[in-house]
Amino acid sequence: MSPDVIAAVMMSVVAAATPLLLAALGELVTEKAGVLNLGVEGMMLIGAVAGFAAAMLTGSWIVGIVAAAFAGMAMALIFAVLALTLLANQVATGLALTIIGVGLSALVGRPFIGVPLPRLPQLYVPGLTDLPVVGRLIFGQDLLVYLSFALVVGIWWFLEKSRAGLVLRAVGESHDSAHAIGYPVIGIRYLATLFGGACCGLGGAYLSLAVTPMWAENMVAGRGWIALALVVFATWKPVRTLAGAYLFGGLAFGQLFLQGLGFSIPSQFLSMLPYVATIVVLTLISRDATRIRLNTPACLGKSYHPDH
Amino acid sequence: MPLDLRLEQRPQASAAWRYGAPLLAIAITLCAGAALFAVLGYPPAHSLKVFFIDPVSSVEGLAELALKATPLMLCAVGLSIGFRANVWNIGAEGQFVIGALAGGGLCLALQGDGGGWWLLPLMVVAGVLGGMAWAAIPAFLRTRFNANEILVSLMLTYVAVLLLQFLVHGPWKDPAGFNFPQSEMFAEGGLLPVLVEGTRLNLGTLVALAILGLAWAVLTRGLFGFQIRVIGQAPLAAAYAGFDQRRMIWASLLLSGALAGLAGVFEIAGPVGQLTPAIPQNYGFTAIIVAFLGRLHPVGILLGSLVIALSYLGGESAQILLRLPVAVAGVFQGMLLFFLLACDVLIRYRIRLGHSVRRAV
Amino acid sequence: MLKSTIKAAAIAVAAALIAAAAPASAADKLKVGFVYVGPVGDLGYSYQHDVGRIALQKALNDKVETTFVENVPEGADAERVIAQLAQSGHGLIFTTSFGFMNPTLKVAQRFPKVKFEHATGYKRANNVATYSARFHEGRTVIGAIAGKMTKSGIIGYIASFPIPEVVSGINAFTLSLKKVRPDAQVRVVWVNSWYDPGKEAAAAKALIDQGADVLSQHTDSPAPIQAAEERGIYAFGQSSDMSKFGPKAHLTSIVDIWDGYYINRAQAVLDNKWKSEDTWGGLDSGMVVLSPYNPNLPKDVVAMADQIKNDLIAHKITSFDGPFKNRDGKEVIPAGQHLNDQQILTMNYFVEGVQGDLPK
Repeated sequence: MSPDVIAAVMMSVVAAATPLLLAALGELVTEKAGVLNLGVEGMMLIGAVAGFAAAMLTGSWIVGIVAAAFAGMAMALIFAVLALTLLANQVATGLALTIIGVGLSALVGRPFIGVPLPRLPQLYVPGLTDLPVVGRLIFGQDLLVYLSFALVVGIWWFLEKSRAGLVLRAVGESHDSAHAIGYPVIGIRYLATLFGGACCGLGGAYLSLAVTPMWAENMVAGRGWIALALVVFATWKPVRTLAGAYLFGGLAFGQLFLQGLGFSIPSQFLSMLPYVATIVVLTLISRDATRIRLNTPACLGKSYHPDH
Repeated sequence: MPLDLRLEQRPQASAAWRYGAPLLAIAITLCAGAALFAVLGYPPAHSLKVFFIDPVSSVEGLAELALKATPLMLCAVGLSIGFRANVWNIGAEGQFVIGALAGGGLCLALQGDGGGWWLLPLMVVAGVLGGMAWAAIPAFLRTRFNANEILVSLMLTYVAVLLLQFLVHGPWKDPAGFNFPQSEMFAEGGLLPVLVEGTRLNLGTLVALAILGLAWAVLTRGLFGFQIRVIGQAPLAAAYAGFDQRRMIWASLLLSGALAGLAGVFEIAGPVGQLTPAIPQNYGFTAIIVAFLGRLHPVGILLGSLVIALSYLGGESAQILLRLPVAVAGVFQGMLLFFLLACDVLIRYRIRLGHSVRRAV
Repeated sequence: MLKSTIKAAAIAVAAALIAAAAPASAADKLKVGFVYVGPVGDLGYSYQHDVGRIALQKALNDKVETTFVENVPEGADAERVIAQLAQSGHGLIFTTSFGFMNPTLKVAQRFPKVKFEHATGYKRANNVATYSARFHEGRTVIGAIAGKMTKSGIIGYIASFPIPEVVSGINAFTLSLKKVRPDAQVRVVWVNSWYDPGKEAAAAKALIDQGADVLSQHTDSPAPIQAAEERGIYAFGQSSDMSKFGPKAHLTSIVDIWDGYYINRAQAVLDNKWKSEDTWGGLDSGMVVLSPYNPNLPKDVVAMADQIKNDLIAHKITSFDGPFKNRDGKEVIPAGQHLNDQQILTMNYFVEGVQGDLPK
């Protein structure tokens, strides 16, 4: 393969991985606070339609991206009110959020079906972007790709190095102790859930503004579930989430590439590749039981009420 | 807190609200639904009637309701046992598909001369074993390698669906079927007997109800039920008591896999009658909601599966009789679920509105 | 903004409802039901059927009343939906996807007075007709265009599922392509979905990375056209005119037009002339149409494409004229003969020049 082809393949992998990465990072923060929101798919869909609609109606990318984040947050707020304030079961509430997200995005999106939009612009730095292979890869991405990398670093720093991150982890680890020390458990969980919603909204918007700039019903097509799985895969670590998203995105693209090369393996088996590989890698990295247990938020999915 | 609302724990779970909460939720849903339909320009009262009454106003409609609820209750009751013990099988959908594949594959292999009475029981056994085998993978990886069962069971669902597609597009496709991805139709011996003439209600629903009854007996009376509750609520205490957590992981995954597999066989030996790529219908995922709507209790699961099934049927009749877009039906269904889940809070808490007294922190 | 969109949608829905409800003499109208496998918002297959439904409603507005049910899964639910349509007084029901075949037949047995029309299937009954379009004829035209436009000689083909309609499309395309460019090669990638824009875009990019400079698709989203536009190559659309998603890349789309068929069949019921029959319309019937060519398509290519189209319409040629060989080098049909309908409908092999998996 020529260097140009390698660079092009890498660009395609970035496109496949970024929506997964954005959504998974958001869910990671939510889960670190002890909240399990399974409504990722629904929030991504709402983000996708809101981002597209806003960008199209205003002609501004920034407005589109911001609208997507806010729309994802609005969905997360519904979840938070139900699951955090009213103490509804988190697993079921998250699944219901996905059902409503599928319906609502389809309803709101009707006027935008079949409307084209130019792609989210990519950076161009004269000289640097033209470098062979790495040029476009490093200096030719769009805003959301850079943002996804910034989020990896930012969330890592926040969780590992900052005091606020420590508090957030404490809330996810033991809400009773956190409450006893005096932290506002529910308030922190609200913020973590809203942050997760915003990131999922951005992940959806990456699909409707960058990968395939259009709105189509159900266009997230199950990526929300993959993002959820990636958080577990990454054992709640931001850098591993990055690795997981690129591994999955790479394999999802790679199987199509292999088909194009004419491998005479049934296409269904090639399509299984990303899923099977994820299981195998998870199995290999999970053998150190203690480390995993340390990373898993102990209060994940458990409702909290101060009188409890 | 964004809401100016405070919950006060009741000293004891309220028996009245245990039954009152779902009724309140349904009342709220009716009001909110009426508002939604009115805003969208549909006659509210009539729309609600079309949604909730019309689908079940005939024997046929009731039979369809039971038929649609059957796979949901089977999958949900299996899952609920695992959920009680904190074992998170998210892949009932995949186990459902493998159950259908195992039972269907057996039928295709043996039905040559029409099959006999023995065909259906064999298919059921194969389906149950298939579902168990698929659930055994996350159980093995969890107990042996500590791999998280949420991820493994979810990913295996995609693998199962692709395997189904491979088989019906390839080796198992009907030789006389113009190369379309469908198996042959099953012979009479491979189909569940219909219970009420002129409907599609079949023996599977009865079996599902019997299993719900059995689950109720085991969970409320047996030692197994006690162990599950203890492991779920206090894993350390369970360890002291000598309950083996590995065994519990195996047991709950195998059991939920078996029931999901059974649901898969019932689907193909009941209303479908062949293997097609459209076998997976998200019953395995929807059953997760059903399990929690039913508060992980068999009777609750029965009611929960009927409510969800009715919301699907209602969405269909609203499309036909009101020309309501399917998207609105989805939004309405989501609202219904939200209210049902939220109202359960009243069982254990009292709501105090407008108090701005905050606990000293 | 979301709010105003919801409002706009609500107003549109309300207006549509009022328009549909206005002439209240519904009793003597023929109720026509449609069952779609996808959402009408898929901009592809189900969308085109709904365009046909709307055309029918417009053409016979004072005589018919149409209903549709979208997103109907091809499993056990389909039978209930079809039965409910029959029960609620629909006299003519179109079930528009292959997987509705057995459910349609089961319901038809219970409602002998209701007329059913099943798209793309092969089983009929006294009150069940079948209809489909010769999509492959469109592929014969675009295959030749691809042959003229490719420089690398590698054509990428994004395919959904290996069903006969898709396989015969790939073969028709390849046969026609190789008449123009004998050394050309078609690379097939199965995305195992009818509609997943992200995956279709990824498949398109994978093929472009491997040197494909013309793309053809048998999936429903405009994502491959967008990918082609971004990378500066050519592509053909599917189901509906997709030119606005890639003004430079888009050469033409194969469009399914059901309008005329739906109007004719409803009229036949109204006139008491409806019979169960099998309709397989091609370019000649107007069921398969090529959307306007890209204005930049060279004149000689346009002339050649029009020639092929006219010859197909006049039945001077077919999509599967012999001689040609399958991928294993075995002759499928000798010179001077062409495949009959049965042979096209059951195609389960690739012709020479196609690269990719085909399940056996």
